[in-house]
Amino acid sequence: MSKRRTFIKKSSLALLSGFVGTPIIFAKNLPKGMEPLGYFDDDVFIIPGKDERLTVLNDRPINAETPPHLLDEEVTSSSLHFVRNNGLLPKKSDPKQWTLTIEGESAERSVSYSLSELKNKFDHYTYQLVLECGGNGRSEFNPPAKGNQWTLGAVGCSKWTGVRLKDVLNDVGLKNDAVYIGYYGKDIHLSQNPEKVVISRGIPLKKAMEEETLIAWEMNGEDIPEVNGFPLRLVVGGWPASTSGKWLSRIVVRNKVHDGPKMGGQSYRVPCESVAPNTKVEDEDMCIIESMPVKSLITYPKSGAIIREGKSLELRGHAWAGDLEVSKMEVSIDFGATWNQTVLQKPVNRLAWQHWKVSVQFPQKGYYEVWAKATDLKGAAQPMVVPGWNPRGYLNNACHRIAIKVL
Amino acid sequence: MRKVIFIVVSIAYITLSFVQCSTDTSKRELNSEESVDSVSIVHMPAMDSTSGLVIDEGMELVKANCTACHSSKLIIQNRASREGWLDMIRWMQETQNLWPLGANEEIILKYLAKNYAPENVGRRAPLEEIEWYTLEDK
Repeated sequence: MSKRRTFIKKSSLALLSGFVGTPIIFAKNLPKGMEPLGYFDDDVFIIPGKDERLTVLNDRPINAETPPHLLDEEVTSSSLHFVRNNGLLPKKSDPKQWTLTIEGESAERSVSYSLSELKNKFDHYTYQLVLECGGNGRSEFNPPAKGNQWTLGAVGCSKWTGVRLKDVLNDVGLKNDAVYIGYYGKDIHLSQNPEKVVISRGIPLKKAMEEETLIAWEMNGEDIPEVNGFPLRLVVGGWPASTSGKWLSRIVVRNKVHDGPKMGGQSYRVPCESVAPNTKVEDEDMCIIESMPVKSLITYPKSGAIIREGKSLELRGHAWAGDLEVSKMEVSIDFGATWNQTVLQKPVNRLAWQHWKVSVQFPQKGYYEVWAKATDLKGAAQPMVVPGWNPRGYLNNACHRIAIKVL
Repeated sequence: MRKVIFIVVSIAYITLSFVQCSTDTSKRELNSEESVDSVSIVHMPAMDSTSGLVIDEGMELVKANCTACHSSKLIIQNRASREGWLDMIRWMQETQNLWPLGANEEIILKYLAKNYAPENVGRRAPLEEIEWYTLEDK
């Protein structure tokens, strides 16, 4: 993210290496508006249906993330859910005219459903599902990775309503050799060339047939916002959000790994074997990202809170772990030297984030950071530093940190 | 032999004192907000008012060729070496319909590699741009 880079220019002299090699900053009060984005952002870019407090990373295509303290709600409001678009919005169309076609070499037949057919023919399900961009946290990789420089907030957990993808696939019929599905949407390529597909990713059949994998038309009980895929989208909880195709018009059932744009090459893929930073990795040595790693956020308080000595501080947030559940959630106020266990709730349904809270007491006046660390059911925990470098900067699940001053 | 060691030690001592001295100065400077302001003003390059791009040779070519498809924000938020920027250009040519840049490619690369170069931020940068506020007692 540009922020870190302008900042580092000004602050590198003020860094002091603390214990466990953790940098501690004591130049605390830097002037606002120093990031390059701020210079020309006076006329705030408003995204239809979205809160203007989102951080807009890009306005063509539209990409915006949610500052962590705005993710405090148990269910993320539609207006606060992040936006990651690869192309331009399709023209808003009449949902009555919308159709979804299921076909492909491993489908028994080609079937087109209207929205009302989908709604009438299949049972409806509502789940709270974590959608997180595979590149969330990209801004921290060093050397930097190309693309939108997401910091922390390309994640959300809203309530999605629709039909199960598996019910629709079973209605169409699957051949024995079906292994993967791919989606196509109606977004428009940046070059405006109608022949070009913006993005067409997919998931293995096993994930497609899970109970929680939805073809959804409702977000939090209302129409899905245009920028999030109105009127119809896939919602694949726990996997890179790019698998949850928006403005969904076609699903193909494949007898091989789907090969649409952004399935191959370096997109949404990481080195099959870990590499040293800045290594050039051949396409054939890159593997598709599946389940997202364990991660958490501190959503209260907002970073930068000044509190009075002797007061305890209530902290809270969410934790999630891709396909898995989070089994332990801890916070540290001493740069990772000791950890406090938090009270962690169960998810409302599989693939929903889990809420945690804890009260902490600071021993004396001073500058503190609260670090948050989640551990999944298999024992994998969030790293304190940025995890394995990869060419496109995916899967940064380093612990979230907020700054606290005790006066 | 002893003399040589003495000289080496002296040089090391002088160097160390110098490093320590300059570190102290920077600490003092950065503890004062005014100094931080003046430091940042020095680093702030002139920006194009419509695109936010750094004004420098090649900027108009970047605007003409890059922002035809995407916002300048995508450029501004990225950092890369010359080789990294070239990779991005090739990727856009292969997959995103970017046209051949011809002789302009060299000028564009020079502009990007100079004005949007990577900086070493280590394995994890310190918390940045903290907006301090008083958290009210409940």
